[in-house]
Amino acid sequence: MIEFVRNLRLWFVPQAIREEGRTPDYRFSLANERTFLAWLRTALALIGGGFAVDQFLPDLRWAWRVGLALALLAAGVLCSLRAVNHWVRCERAMRRGEDLPVSRFPALLSLAVAVVAVAMVVVVLVGWEG
Amino acid sequence: MTGPSGARDPGLQPERTRLAWRRTTLACTVAAVLAARTTLHGGPTTIGVVACALCFLAWLGFLALAHRRIRALAGAPPAPLTPRHAVAAAACTLALAAFAAAVVL
Repeated sequence: MIEFVRNLRLWFVPQAIREEGRTPDYRFSLANERTFLAWLRTALALIGGGFAVDQFLPDLRWAWRVGLALALLAAGVLCSLRAVNHWVRCERAMRRGEDLPVSRFPALLSLAVAVVAVAMVVVVLVGWEG
Repeated sequence: MTGPSGARDPGLQPERTRLAWRRTTLACTVAAVLAARTTLHGGPTTIGVVACALCFLAWLGFLALAHRRIRALAGAPPAPLTPRHAVAAAACTLALAAFAAAVVL
């Protein structure tokens, strides 16, 4: 968490990242950028999933429907925040010549998606319609 | 696509990055269209319409960012992504999620 706050400075003081280390090969930077965009797409897909739950499960009780939709939207928010944070960390690691940062976020996200998916299957099969 | 220097990256890194921006813009468009669908479905409310309009504003912002980035990628060597640009792109996604919550509620 403290590390996250320290990274926040890099988000908004873009010059700070250029003060450290050497500029990496542009191909590595572009690969990092594509990873960042892939995470943004994941965030957008989760947002789309939130809309889909709201739209395509109309028989569901209001609380369940909105709850699942908001859970997916919240996952999208976390995902986009994480995308930019991880991009900054990777960029800095490459400049300093360090190992790329490791993260437990992918595992947590997949667990969250699995939980939402199981909840959706249960809700639809058991038919807790309002 | 070859740069002004005529050098061509055999890994096609700038092209792949350009297409990644395009894919992400497409995903953003799908999310914005779903927002419009959700708003129009079941009678549009004032809050819903405003939130949907803000969703499209976020989409437009992302479109502009992607366009600027794609143009910057055309250089040789391609200009690196600036943290400000990355934060702005993530902020558009974030705004889309926030307004989506307003549409759904």
